[in-house]
Amino acid sequence: MPPAATATAGDVDTLFHFILGISAAFFLLIVGLMVLFVFRYHRGRAARPAPSSSHNTALELTWTIIPLILVVVIFGWGVRVFLDINTVPADAYEVQVTGQKWKWFFTYPNGHVDENLHVPVHRPVRLVMTSEDVIHSFFVPAFRIKRDVLPGRYTKLWFEATRSGEFQVFCAEYCGAGHSDMLAQVIVHEPGGFEKWLEQEANVLAKLPPAEAGARLYKMRGCAQCHSVDGKAGIGPTFLGLVGEPVPLQTGGPVSADENYIRESILEPQAKLVAGFQPVMPTYKGRLKDQEITAIISYLKTLQKAH
Amino acid sequence: MTDAITTPAPAASGNALAGANYLNQERGLRSWLFTLDHKRIGMMYLVSILTSFLLGGIFALLVRTELLTPTKTIMDAKTYNQMFTLHGAVMIFLFIIPGIPAALGNFVLPLMLGARDVAFPRLNLASYYCWVGGAVLALVSMILGSVDTGWTFYTPYSTTTDTAVISMVLGVFVLGFSSILTGLNFIVTIHKLRPEGMGWFGMPLFVWSLYGTAIIQVLATPVLGITLLLLALEKAVGIGIFDPALGGDPVLFQHFFWFYSHPAVYIMILPAMGIISETVSTFSRKHIFGYRFIAYSSIAIAVISFLVWGHHMFVSGQSNLLGVIFSFLTFMVAIPSAIKVFNWTATMYKGSIWLAAPMIYTLSFLFLFGIGGLTGLFLGSLATDVHLHDTYFVVAHFHYVMFGGTVIAFLAGLHYWWPKMLGRMYNQRWANIAAGLVFVGFNTTFFVQFVMGAKGMPRRYYNYLPEFMPYHVASTIGSYILAVGFFIAAGVLLHSLFRGKPAPANPWGSATLEWQTTSPPPTENFAVTPEVGDPYDVERFQYDASIDGYVVTRGPLAAAAR
Repeated sequence: MPPAATATAGDVDTLFHFILGISAAFFLLIVGLMVLFVFRYHRGRAARPAPSSSHNTALELTWTIIPLILVVVIFGWGVRVFLDINTVPADAYEVQVTGQKWKWFFTYPNGHVDENLHVPVHRPVRLVMTSEDVIHSFFVPAFRIKRDVLPGRYTKLWFEATRSGEFQVFCAEYCGAGHSDMLAQVIVHEPGGFEKWLEQEANVLAKLPPAEAGARLYKMRGCAQCHSVDGKAGIGPTFLGLVGEPVPLQTGGPVSADENYIRESILEPQAKLVAGFQPVMPTYKGRLKDQEITAIISYLKTLQKAH
Repeated sequence: MTDAITTPAPAASGNALAGANYLNQERGLRSWLFTLDHKRIGMMYLVSILTSFLLGGIFALLVRTELLTPTKTIMDAKTYNQMFTLHGAVMIFLFIIPGIPAALGNFVLPLMLGARDVAFPRLNLASYYCWVGGAVLALVSMILGSVDTGWTFYTPYSTTTDTAVISMVLGVFVLGFSSILTGLNFIVTIHKLRPEGMGWFGMPLFVWSLYGTAIIQVLATPVLGITLLLLALEKAVGIGIFDPALGGDPVLFQHFFWFYSHPAVYIMILPAMGIISETVSTFSRKHIFGYRFIAYSSIAIAVISFLVWGHHMFVSGQSNLLGVIFSFLTFMVAIPSAIKVFNWTATMYKGSIWLAAPMIYTLSFLFLFGIGGLTGLFLGSLATDVHLHDTYFVVAHFHYVMFGGTVIAFLAGLHYWWPKMLGRMYNQRWANIAAGLVFVGFNTTFFVQFVMGAKGMPRRYYNYLPEFMPYHVASTIGSYILAVGFFIAAGVLLHSLFRGKPAPANPWGSATLEWQTTSPPPTENFAVTPEVGDPYDVERFQYDASIDGYVVTRGPLAAAAR
């Protein structure tokens, strides 16, 4: 198990080791007896079987009832810790989580969207999660928490980090070609560090030139998962040399990739599909502000093919 | 049978290779393709499922080879996803589910009951052709652009991917009918065709386990069929059932799917437990310990298995109350399995243990199924499951149960009944070497996966963090050892067909009825009505060096022989 980093992770580990102890004891008992019997009663030593009873109700009831008691203990313990994991404290700080093939987005109360989950240490954090497409699952091994992220509904999860540092986030529910690349970090800030970070991030786009802000959005908001900037086709067409060029559509006839075409493709991706690609892109309507779209278009204009 | 008079009588040992047997009484391809003989249908199933096993094994080796390095090794991500999906789908639907009941069960069940055939021989053949039809549809799917959904076909991924989900799902639908027909046939056979003198508690435990299996097959498989049909309909015509974009509910699919697929793991493991009950008694030369507890536990498992499906969904967002109920029932199903393990171990006490290949596999089973069962406790417990769910810990757990349990027991059964099925003994030494390699390879492959999983390595990952690489490399090396073990085992069995010593009627000294007829049996199964006795009174069979087999020493048949 990776080192525990939340208030509840230690409880999970204690239970894990309790079950491990019971399992090891039973395993050694069975295998020990088996090895002993094979050795002691091998037909080289015991040419004929010796008489012994072929059933013994008292014995059989014993090895029914003792495991029964043990599993009821494990069950009860598991329920208790599980309910702790699932009962959110009232004063928790809330972050919205969105899963989309193949990236996580974390939306903070002030509207900032980030590709990593930044949280303060020693403060309960509540995650309200949903998916834009298929089922994903939010998994932080160091926190011992996991919950599926479903399209069309919200699932919730909470934790309270007990030490600062960076912790790995995985997607644990299979979601396609980029499943194993759907990673993120939980960055637990020292006391006071989180507020400072959030304040700074909220204003960063306004301070940057549009093309630089667009480059940042391209990386942070999931464009990079499917659209390359080096000319290679991925799940979607490349962005290199896109602006101003004619684009062949599935419905036939090329269209010029001007600002309006790009804006429309971001807001209604299925409206004008490029020939040779699947209709898999989710809409960004309501998720990108007008000035963010403008920034992305400015960035795309900088991606010209070398002549 | 008139030709029984014209062909030579079986040898004194009970070997019928030179005499009339089910393999030579009719000849030609048609006599096989249209046969109604349960033994021939069983053999056709055996060849078919072993071919599937080979195919599924090749997919597994490709998956393991890809995982040698943290990034691309031999294939791209999409191909990798297709490979692990095909590995799962082929192994589960084409190999393990029909494996023991349809191949070994078909051959052995009527013989164990002293019957001429199963209750409905035509239905039996129909079941085989359903299997073939399903397998063909699955192959079509592989050629058309194989599925990349995982064998679980979770929505809405499965309804939105561009791979050939529909043909694969229809294939599984048709395979379901094969399973239902076999189950139905076995239930009626066990009820109606038991011989005079064999009450329910006089049946071999393998028959009890097939009965439990058959109940699940008949009651659970239709739910899978309907679910997959709904999935195909949603994908083909856009009816909104599971996809939220169409107004459906993706979690509903999981409920439906596991309502079948959890009982299905007991379709796989119950008959395996039945085989172990036979072999552990025979090769310990002792009566099985606690017959009634083992018999009842098979039925208890069959019943409770219907009520635990939600334990696959502890983190899916289902309510806490549901989680608690399913966790409790999951722990309850562990108890009958534990009883069986204790009883098998106790059977060896004061025996005279013979380490022939079936017994080596039986001991492997006890070791591996022990680990598989105990690691289930971590997953049945809610709090620990949250961490372990969908990691390699789960992959290791179900391979220990399905592979270490079912496949190893299947191999025990195959080596146990091989002389009966084909009339030849195989090389004992090499069969044991193969069994040992399989055991070592298996543990090397899968034990490290528990460690990886507990450390947080998620399953179905194409790329992985470099810190997991040593575990993956060890696992892949183990899979190669495993493959070598299987090739040797296959070589030993194939070699026996040409060079093996003729097998006596009862090479192991078992007391169940199939050993009272010749090896291989005649088409009508028994030339002389078998003598029904305690199926575990193995001590009344004594080794006779003149035929290199066992002969009965007590009872009317023994008196007649004198």
